[in-house]
Amino acid sequence: MDTDTRIGSGDGRFPETRHSAIAAARSGTPADRAVAHESIVAAYWKPVYKYIRIKWKSSNEDAKDLTQGFFLRALEKDFFDGYRPEKGTFRTYLRVCLDAFLANERQASQRLKRGGGTILLPLDFTTAEGELQQIEIAQDDSPDRFFAREWTRSIFENALLALREECAAQGKQIHYDLFERYDLAASDARATYASLAAEFGLSSVTVNNYLASVRRGFRRIVIRILRELTSSEEEFRSEARALLGAEL
Amino acid sequence: MEWLSNNVLKHLREVSEMPDLPGVRYRLGEVLGRGGMGVVYRAHDLELQRDVALKVLAIGDTDSERMQREAQVLARIEHPGIVPVHDVGTLEDGRVFYTMKLVRGSRLDEYCRQPHPVPDLLRLFQRICEPIAFAHSQGIVHRDLKPANIMVGQFGEVLVLDWGVARVLSEPEPDGEVIGTQNYMSPEQSAGLNTDIDARSDVYAMGCILQGLVQKPAKPLRSIARKATAPERDRRYSSTVELADDIGRYLDGLPVSAHPESILDRARRLLSNNRTLVALILAYLMMRILLFWFART
Repeated sequence: MDTDTRIGSGDGRFPETRHSAIAAARSGTPADRAVAHESIVAAYWKPVYKYIRIKWKSSNEDAKDLTQGFFLRALEKDFFDGYRPEKGTFRTYLRVCLDAFLANERQASQRLKRGGGTILLPLDFTTAEGELQQIEIAQDDSPDRFFAREWTRSIFENALLALREECAAQGKQIHYDLFERYDLAASDARATYASLAAEFGLSSVTVNNYLASVRRGFRRIVIRILRELTSSEEEFRSEARALLGAEL
Repeated sequence: MEWLSNNVLKHLREVSEMPDLPGVRYRLGEVLGRGGMGVVYRAHDLELQRDVALKVLAIGDTDSERMQREAQVLARIEHPGIVPVHDVGTLEDGRVFYTMKLVRGSRLDEYCRQPHPVPDLLRLFQRICEPIAFAHSQGIVHRDLKPANIMVGQFGEVLVLDWGVARVLSEPEPDGEVIGTQNYMSPEQSAGLNTDIDARSDVYAMGCILQGLVQKPAKPLRSIARKATAPERDRRYSSTVELADDIGRYLDGLPVSAHPESILDRARRLLSNNRTLVALILAYLMMRILLFWFART
């Protein structure tokens, strides 16, 4: 039974969000589409690769080819044109497209004829494969849940890279170092505010303030990335809830 | 960059969403719940030295106005069955928050998982109708009544929560936006006919709640729920007061307005209401028959 409060237009018309890569990928100029495609690939290639490896049980080499093939095919064939925001989130749409693509590829067995193992997009598969070895896969992981979690991981990684650059550019390296030591540490290895204060020669209150400021920055970047990856206010809210609110 | 384990992901989610409270008088505690619009935390009021519930707009939710409106609506309807608001403010990151009384108890859906006698459940239902009727008298329709938005306290007191999508009848609202929860939403809400929404829309939701509250209801109760959830507004109870009154009549063994009685129904009701008297009369008659029979033999 659906017990969630629904707030939305009955006729499926939603305001378009500005700076949306999804909207640009569907209707922008060829240059806009290329840039938008890049943003989509940056956010989705790792979840796609891991999904193919784990849920389609493909080998490392096959998964690389299929990941490349999927995004190239999406660009060539304008897969993303078919996305309709009123029918669901772009993330779900992309996964459905991916499943269809993989089913076709598996059936036709034309993968090697098409790609033949050539690297076409600059994607760091070695890192992704290394991460796969550390993934904790629950037995009851549904394809949706698995894809959503890897998507979250990918968005957070991209946000952290942007945050690190931003902190360095703003002379806030200590802020980022504190954040890394506290918020990016495994829970059993997490230092206390007091020990961090002693280590960095700051007061506990300053540690608290610095961490709060970096977290705000992180939140702002995550929201910016989400805005790029969604095409309507409703989709943005739904994805923000999925990214930050749902159980992992 | 280091690999982000599931634990770190979970932690990042929590800290991303956590409100920054420096500058305000509350110390943050654990997450108590998550609604359509915001997240509710336990917080400690450092000035008054008491625990409160702090509701803050969910990250990514830009609808500050709606949150502020919810606090204003709550402040307008002071009733023991409606959670009082203590304070409204804006966090450094621009998110609106408000604090309210910390409610202890269980949600109606959780409460109903335990077995309860039907009359107790119906009296509870009547108590839920009271704050809603009061809100209606103030020109406010809840619009999202469901078991998850009703809290039952330790002593059976009820609190109606989550007034974030309430319709203030004096404020015009265009048609089109569908607001509510499937399975509890009146047909006018499902159709996005916001101008048609009034107290009877909440009556509809209460009818749905009643249907879920009592398993295998008696005929009159079924009729009450059917009348409350009539697709046409004009055929429903005009208010939750009327609905509660009909429930009261059922509890008192009186005929209910929603259920025209046949002679058999009436006899059955009278029989069940006057069991002792009927038993005495039957005993008396039996005795007379026995005496008559002994006299004959």
